[in-house]
Amino acid sequence: MKRILAVDDSASMRQMVSFTLKKAGFDVTEAKDGSEALNIAKQQGFDAVISDVNMPVMDGITLIRELRSLPNYKFTPLLMLTTESGLDKKTEGKAAGATGWIVKPFNPEQLLAVLKKVIR
Amino acid sequence: MSIDLSQFFEVFFEESFEGLDAMEAELLNLVPGEEDLETINTIFRAAHSIKGGSGTFGFSAVADFTHVLETLLDQIREGARTLTAEHVNLLLKSVDCLRALLRTLQAEQQPDLTEADELRVKFEEILGMRSKSKVVQQQTVSNETNIKNTFQIDFKPHHHLFKTGNEPLYMISELAELGELETQAFQDDVPDITNLAPEDCFLSWRFFLTTDKEQSCIEEIFEWVEDDADIAITLCGGLFGDEEITTTETATAVVEQKKEVEPIPVKPTTDTKKPVPVKATTANAESTSIRVGIDKVDSLINMVGELVITQAMLSQLGEQEITEATIASLQEGLAQLAHNTRDLQENVMRIRMLPISFVFSRFPRLVRDISQKLDKQVELKLLGEQTELDKTVMEKLSDPMVHLVRNSLDHGLETVDKRVAAGKDPVGTVTLNAFHQGGNIVIEIMDDGQGLNTQKIREKAIKNGLISENDDLNDNEINELIFLPGFSTADQVSDLSGRGVGMDVVRRNIEALSGSVEVASAPGVGSTFTIRLPLTLAILDGQLVKVAQHTYIIPLISIIESLQIDISKVSRVGKDLDVLRLRDEYIPILRLYNIFNHKGAIETLDRTLLVVVESDNQKVGLLVDDLLSQQQVVIKSLEANYQKVDGVSGATILGDGRVSLIIDISGLIKLSGLRKPGSQELIIESKANLEAS
Repeated sequence: MKRILAVDDSASMRQMVSFTLKKAGFDVTEAKDGSEALNIAKQQGFDAVISDVNMPVMDGITLIRELRSLPNYKFTPLLMLTTESGLDKKTEGKAAGATGWIVKPFNPEQLLAVLKKVIR
Repeated sequence: MSIDLSQFFEVFFEESFEGLDAMEAELLNLVPGEEDLETINTIFRAAHSIKGGSGTFGFSAVADFTHVLETLLDQIREGARTLTAEHVNLLLKSVDCLRALLRTLQAEQQPDLTEADELRVKFEEILGMRSKSKVVQQQTVSNETNIKNTFQIDFKPHHHLFKTGNEPLYMISELAELGELETQAFQDDVPDITNLAPEDCFLSWRFFLTTDKEQSCIEEIFEWVEDDADIAITLCGGLFGDEEITTTETATAVVEQKKEVEPIPVKPTTDTKKPVPVKATTANAESTSIRVGIDKVDSLINMVGELVITQAMLSQLGEQEITEATIASLQEGLAQLAHNTRDLQENVMRIRMLPISFVFSRFPRLVRDISQKLDKQVELKLLGEQTELDKTVMEKLSDPMVHLVRNSLDHGLETVDKRVAAGKDPVGTVTLNAFHQGGNIVIEIMDDGQGLNTQKIREKAIKNGLISENDDLNDNEINELIFLPGFSTADQVSDLSGRGVGMDVVRRNIEALSGSVEVASAPGVGSTFTIRLPLTLAILDGQLVKVAQHTYIIPLISIIESLQIDISKVSRVGKDLDVLRLRDEYIPILRLYNIFNHKGAIETLDRTLLVVVESDNQKVGLLVDDLLSQQQVVIKSLEANYQKVDGVSGATILGDGRVSLIIDISGLIKLSGLRKPGSQELIIESKANLEAS
């Protein structure tokens, strides 16, 4: 079973993402900010990480930069959830090592469709 | 796969309300010009989360509104705009507006968007933006065609592609889903084995895709790797292909033009489809769920585990033959069980305990709004915010506290001029302090204002017939008068305090929670209202007493002492009231058997047990046959199960299964007729009379 780490400071978004992914047959672990996610990611392996950008303690872009520098996450799809439709965050995210992005608001179907681009 | 999003609504609403509370608190801390980045960030994140969530869960009205808020906050955060007092006010109003919107949505009603639209226009004026969103939506005029085109796609990933986490294989299979796909792979760049860098991508591809989809669908597939690969998509063959492209291009151009020409929306769309203005039903907002820290849950699980072990041990003992040895371990097991049960009970109670900051947190806003209105300068200090209190008590505490704080601001604190004239700091201080004391929580509301005007209170009380000209009352007694029904010191009924809710209601509300409220005041220095409440309404430490053949429970907290009556210290006042001289005080003796109509109790006073209790600063002695054990009792409501009984606050079930009544001291005093109606004094107040007898 493919393992996904879902990171969001908003409990409702986290639950939605996690519930959707679980229903689609993924094994999901949740984290509420970048720093918690990083700790979990260091201890366990994941096939993909989906992270919000704006979070307390450690934001999503920093998380992605940190993860990408870890040997275990060299090739791992790292996706960011973003509401910024502008280019800024996307380029910033890409520069930090993000694989791609999912623009909020999205529904469960869209989430799974996007995920198919990087994990099957 | 379809997923019902409504299952996440409750969590969304809860966290949004929390977010709004956090926003409000942070906004109140903001001083324009001195704002720190972390505060702005916190506010931004809260708005951002609400926007993201509401968009995802289909509350577009909230999402649209939060969008402008977020944009402004983002600009402030990025330093593109400086925060002004006007911004703060507007943001605070938006917090209120959002809260109302979300409440209505939570109640599954159609929200009234008038206020939100008005606020949004203000934000848009600040931001200098036009509401583009509507125009953009028109852009999605679907020009779907059934015409099939063939695209040639050249895809040459850069060497580092894999390190972005992207996978060409999945992209190719996505392409294949769009239509008929022909694939050519080029291996020319692949170096020989000695030079091969295993983590790099050396392959490149050329595809021919025949599809009825738009070119944008193909672009979308490669969206994430635009900068990590050379991608060229060209239309080859197909009918009317070129024409197709030009039409889409002009269409966008037109729309873009339209965007610029679009006039400034002067007014929000108020008259189009005005939803039925359903008043947000705030009444049902009393939350039914509770957030519990994971540590509390963990310790509960832990204890239940221990309980199960003890139970297993006991049942094992039960199966064995009873011998001396098993009895010893049985007793040990039972002691263990008692211990486990008590721990479990304490911890379950802790679940209902929340920090009082839940109530305190609404005051910064209240104080800010009121002080602006009154044109007074006020600093609010909050102390002991982490003091925990039962959730039910907390919910009922809020209104009386609001009243007391309003009162302090309105009547207690002076205007700036007066304060300066009196040589005080122009900024007045209101302090809310909470702490635990014994089994009670104490909440103090202090102000450094002018204090209660005893002269004025006295005049008023005489005018209202509460006291007579001749009554000689000390300042404390005069201050107590404000809690009497029908008393208001405000010369004219003001918008703030004179809402027909007097201090008597405050006292009644707090007494309904088995608490008490009192005031201390010094002229020119300030006044302090002190509220005392039991920590929880569900459990009480009780002293079991015997009256005739019945067992009653006296709340331990109200007991001062228990003693045997020395008959020589007893005097009779009037026809049937006995008083005991205890040190310098005279304690009226209440015969419980008389009050509750029991026969067969000990009626002589000499050497009989007397429990001295105190309520509302008045001491009385309760005559009982015997003192039994002290224990924690679970309070069952008599009103819910039977009906209200005067002098009794509730009932409990004893270990042997019998029902026992819990005595309500202040009710008992009233019932016994010791207190003059509407007065705090007891009849035997006058010491002179006694000494004369």
